[in-house]
Amino acid sequence: MTFLTQILNGLQIGSIYALVALGYSMVYGIIKLINFAHGEIIMVGSYLTWYMIARAGVASPIAIAVAIVGCAFLGMAIEKVAYSPLRSSPRISLLITAIGISYLLQNVAQLIFTANPRMFTNLFPGTVVIGELRLPMVTVITIAVSVVIMIGLTLLVNMTKIGKAMRAVSEDTDAARLMGINVNSTISFTFGLGSALAAIASVLYCCSYSIIEPTMGSMFGLKAFVASVLGGIGSMPGAMLGGLVIGVAESLTNGYINSSYTDAIVFGILIVVLLVKPTGFMGRTMNEKV
Amino acid sequence: MEKFFGKMKNRYLVNTLLVFGLYGVLMLVVNTGMINRYYANMLIPVFYNIILVVSLNLTCGYLGQLPLGHAGFMSIGAYTAALITMAMDAPVYVEFPVALLAGGVVAAVFGFVIGIPALRLHGDYLAIITLGFGEIIRVVINNLKFTGGAFGLSGIQKHTSISWAFWVMVISLFVIHTLIKSRQGRAILSIRENEIAAECSGIPTTYYKTLAFTVSAFFAGVAGGLYAHYLCILDPSNFGFNKSIDILIMVVLGGLGSMLGSVISTVFLTLLPEVLRNMADYRMVVYALLLVIVMIFKPSGLCGKYDFSMTRFILGIKNFSFKKAFSELREGVKSLPGKLKKRFKREKGVRN
Repeated sequence: MTFLTQILNGLQIGSIYALVALGYSMVYGIIKLINFAHGEIIMVGSYLTWYMIARAGVASPIAIAVAIVGCAFLGMAIEKVAYSPLRSSPRISLLITAIGISYLLQNVAQLIFTANPRMFTNLFPGTVVIGELRLPMVTVITIAVSVVIMIGLTLLVNMTKIGKAMRAVSEDTDAARLMGINVNSTISFTFGLGSALAAIASVLYCCSYSIIEPTMGSMFGLKAFVASVLGGIGSMPGAMLGGLVIGVAESLTNGYINSSYTDAIVFGILIVVLLVKPTGFMGRTMNEKV
Repeated sequence: MEKFFGKMKNRYLVNTLLVFGLYGVLMLVVNTGMINRYYANMLIPVFYNIILVVSLNLTCGYLGQLPLGHAGFMSIGAYTAALITMAMDAPVYVEFPVALLAGGVVAAVFGFVIGIPALRLHGDYLAIITLGFGEIIRVVINNLKFTGGAFGLSGIQKHTSISWAFWVMVISLFVIHTLIKSRQGRAILSIRENEIAAECSGIPTTYYKTLAFTVSAFFAGVAGGLYAHYLCILDPSNFGFNKSIDILIMVVLGGLGSMLGSVISTVFLTLLPEVLRNMADYRMVVYALLLVIVMIFKPSGLCGKYDFSMTRFILGIKNFSFKKAFSELREGVKSLPGKLKKRFKREKGVRN
């Protein structure tokens, strides 16, 4: 394995992290919640895709579409049922609710699909040859899809009306409401969008790692969350950058140090960055008001 | 009676007698076989979990921070204590207290070292950084030679009996309780209420934050020691993020800043899996649902900030009237549907 392939592997897993981190970051920006259930959305997305392809026998594009739409609706439903009654409660209650939802999804999945891991066949087999480099098709597709999505998302947030509403709500919810923005539907949309991104990430993840199980979402989600904090939580370019940094760091640790230290290295980077720059790479400093 | 309870000395006397009374009842129930051995053994996890939860409540409920790495301190205490009793060859009553104390002290040192940088950050960032430290501790233990690595540490003697667990718990609760009621405790509470105002009133907030964090880590370490000598085998994967979350859930469910709440929710949540044993497949689903439902309907936890006071309780019994209690209960039931309606129809404002 050359250094370049390690870097490309890192970019591949990093761009998946980035997609998930975007979901964390958007939700945090808008309702200040660390949405611990977000990792479980990845798991749900993987199972949905797997079920549609392996059991229902649908063509893969349709299966992926079903997973994306299903996850988006699931995300919105979770927000409506579990988070919206708690909007004026202490934030820690909201956090515990999110953890409760995450346990719920994990265990319901375990009931339905059992704890046995399922095999997921790679949807993008084959290799691409660029000069001397032979890359798996999945790597190329993952990086390309992520780049396209990130560009699309940046355009959506900066150019469209709903994007403007999202920015306004995360800036100041009350002022946004006074300006006639429908805060509830904006929050719903954010959850839906974040969950749809998680579903796309889950398909890409399954294609490269091919094993799905009910607990797959928790550690993956945690690291994606670390990525979003690293980049500056609430900032979208930050989430992308954070994801890529985490991915490359992980891949280099696996390649050159020892794979059992991967988690420690990831969290170590997080701690060092937070101590030097407490808001992450691209987060804005908030002034304390008395 | 008011006069009798007005004196601090008398109140301590009554409480001490009650603790001994409770211990007597406990021993009676266990030794005469009124509850079977299986359930009697379940009491030990309840006791060390209470220490864990109350110690986390110190940083979480009383200091108002959100640490997510409590299991890390617990694991440090557990490994230290276990390695010490394995190395020492002394009678139980010598080596066990030494091991527990050492476990606590080493955990406290780590708490201090981690606390100084971590407590510079606020709110969610503190949560994340403690989470990071907790995971790093786990990974390091997983890779060290003398801790047994990923295979875990086995061959620990079984020292934790019901009596040991009970008395260590009583001492821990007493120390934490007196800390909170002291001058230092009021400083800690003032940081929770408003950090900037506390700082303006001349309270050295960094000092008190580090103090509370270190004390909390100390008791987590002690609880870890009890845990190690109860299970007799330590596996690093048991001290992950999920363990920290489980402790946090007990704290929040009981009520932030309520010792009574912590104790009740710990007893309840530790025994719940056993109660649901015959519906094994659904028990985690029930647990998760319960958590979400309690949080939606009572976001401040079961007890809120309410705490138990023996004096208030006894005086309450003296002035108790059935008529008043009954009318209060009826009022409560009457207003329940309205309250439920309000919860879901409430103006969804910003949290503060």
